[in-house]
Amino acid sequence: MSLTVPEKGWYKAPEGAEKLWIGLALVWCMVMSVMMPYWHFRGKQNSRGEAYSVEPAAFMERTMTFVESGTVGDWNGIPIVEPPPGGEAYLAARMWSWYPALKLRKGETYRLHLSALDLNHGFSLQPLNMNFQVLPGYDHVLTITPTSTGEFTIVCNEFCGIGHDKMIGKIFVE
Amino acid sequence: MATNSTSETRTCDTTGLPVCLTAQLFIKLSAVCAVVFLLLGGVAAILLALTRWQTIHLLPVDWFYRILTFHGLNMLIFWILFFEVAVLYFACTVPLKAKLFSRKVAWVGFIMMLVGAVMVDYIILKGKADVLMTSYLPLLAHPAFYLGIILVAVGTLIGVFNFFATLYVAKRDKTYEGSVPLVTFGATAAAIIAVVTLLHGAIVMIPTFTFAMGWTPEPDPMWYRTIWWGLGHQSQQVNVCAMVAIWYLVGYLATGAKPINETVCRGAFVLYILFINLASAHHLLVDPAVGATWKIWNTSYAMYLAVLASMIHGFTVPASVEMAMRYKGYTKGLFGWVTKLPWRNPAFSAAVLSVVIFGFIGGITGVTLGTQQINIIAHNTLRITGHFHATVVGGTSLAFMGLTYYVIPLIFQRDFIGKGWARIQPWLFGGGILMVSLGMSFAGSLGVPRRDYDIEPAGVYGASSHLFLGIMGVGAIIAVLALLIFVLLCVGTLLFGKKNAGRPIYDWGTAVALPGADESKVDAHWGMKGTIALTAVFLMCFAVYYFANWKALADVWPVQ
Repeated sequence: MSLTVPEKGWYKAPEGAEKLWIGLALVWCMVMSVMMPYWHFRGKQNSRGEAYSVEPAAFMERTMTFVESGTVGDWNGIPIVEPPPGGEAYLAARMWSWYPALKLRKGETYRLHLSALDLNHGFSLQPLNMNFQVLPGYDHVLTITPTSTGEFTIVCNEFCGIGHDKMIGKIFVE
Repeated sequence: MATNSTSETRTCDTTGLPVCLTAQLFIKLSAVCAVVFLLLGGVAAILLALTRWQTIHLLPVDWFYRILTFHGLNMLIFWILFFEVAVLYFACTVPLKAKLFSRKVAWVGFIMMLVGAVMVDYIILKGKADVLMTSYLPLLAHPAFYLGIILVAVGTLIGVFNFFATLYVAKRDKTYEGSVPLVTFGATAAAIIAVVTLLHGAIVMIPTFTFAMGWTPEPDPMWYRTIWWGLGHQSQQVNVCAMVAIWYLVGYLATGAKPINETVCRGAFVLYILFINLASAHHLLVDPAVGATWKIWNTSYAMYLAVLASMIHGFTVPASVEMAMRYKGYTKGLFGWVTKLPWRNPAFSAAVLSVVIFGFIGGITGVTLGTQQINIIAHNTLRITGHFHATVVGGTSLAFMGLTYYVIPLIFQRDFIGKGWARIQPWLFGGGILMVSLGMSFAGSLGVPRRDYDIEPAGVYGASSHLFLGIMGVGAIIAVLALLIFVLLCVGTLLFGKKNAGRPIYDWGTAVALPGADESKVDAHWGMKGTIALTAVFLMCFAVYYFANWKALADVWPVQ
């Protein structure tokens, strides 16, 4: 009974079906434990958390240099910037926009630098549904390879104040 | 009311156990506060659901985030902590035939909790703390918001101290022989985790409070996230422990179930204590600055040893109930015993629904979404909210509601009014929450963010997203109606319920042994055939969902 003290001699090894279930559950836990390191070696989607310390002002400066070096168009008043294949791209999150918009090429790999200038923001790439956290003071680097073309929308999915739902960005892939 | 010579205890007319009157007072006070905060959180819930259901879109934007902050704190913190203090005070006194260590300490803890909670609610509704429950820095609320949370945390810690002191005195004075009962053991596990959790709360909230006062520099936002989740996620593991203890308790009350192997059940609680505190990593899986090794080790609770614990309870709880039924003579086939269970007992049906919703929906989604890489396609979407409404609401809250159907007759000594309503309430609530959880999960799979006022400006969410948000909205209406029925039944019973002092409580329905039942015909180690079949189905569902998510992940852009 769970409400009264256990009978003497209650300390004993599991038997029968209970023992079998514990064994099965433990095996399943080990399978799940192995999947994550395995995916780091064989899988293509990982979050390594590569990051560097950066002041918001310094990050904005790098972003401005990036914008000046490769603006190729304009989306709703926000410059569309194309980094060189294999190159660095900068994306600054602030209340309530993603700056700048990016133009990428399918099959090329980029180092995408994400940082916030004010609060926490959430980088949510739709309709792919890829999500990463963006913090002020941290240059979060994603090594990313677009494998599909079209217009992709960056939605902010970390609460950042009253205009949060209108914080939209764009990535165009050709 | 029968009282002994010192007037400090009364003898329970149903169980014959001595009930410490001081403990009884604080169980009553805590339970009443818990239900009030549940009601506040429930009103907030319906406002939020009817806003996110885009067809209705009820609240203006500022009030949406304000009420969201309010909902999170009242439901996840206040309702649950007050109820847990009641559970702790029960578990350390009645089953041990012990008296509560200190009335004064209990008053101090209770008043601090209540003042803190009222302070937090007031400052949120004043519009001075639109920072959501997590209050991620650099978002900043009024200092009273943090101070209120600190008061609640410290008040709870004082209550936990009272619990441990009671255990110590009971052991010293030998009020019981041998080891503590399983329910007390589970409550102790919950209390140990609560201490670790609330210390994290103090570590993160005190510097944030002093920063808000302008006394100290701003803490690092990533440091804040890391430590805050030591409070935020672990506090949910306190709930898991308390909930599992209630599963065992209700299984015993309704069917006379006893653990098949006490060592296994207790060992599983020990696994919770040892490994569950790593779970804060679940929220940092796509964060910068914490590396892959740290993420993998922590998100798996070492090597899923806390998940193992839940899977063990998920077997032993139904197995013990099945064995109890088979011993009573319900031995037909795999599931012959299931139809003979006391389904009309609301505590029992609530516990069964709690096990099923927590295990099949909450558990499977939680482990999968908390897989390091899979989190990329889940983080901060409604999938997360869908997961924890299955664990905390469909699991914990429903189990707490179920227990209340015994707490009020046993501790407040009044038989329930509206028993017919009570019998359907768990089904309504469980069904509503299931719709909420599934609606959220599917919308989240389509990329719909959590904590978002309006999905239209993004321009990427189509008809199916709206459909799932609608399912969530309808589910929320059903669940909140069931919540209101629950609160009305509780309040109505306290005011108008028939006093039951001097006689046993009303029997909600318990399993009765068949004439000629023969215990020796049941195999003690392999007799739980129905449970074996059910857990096999569970494991298959788990594996299918888990690997389907790896497949979905493999379809997105390569990213390192």
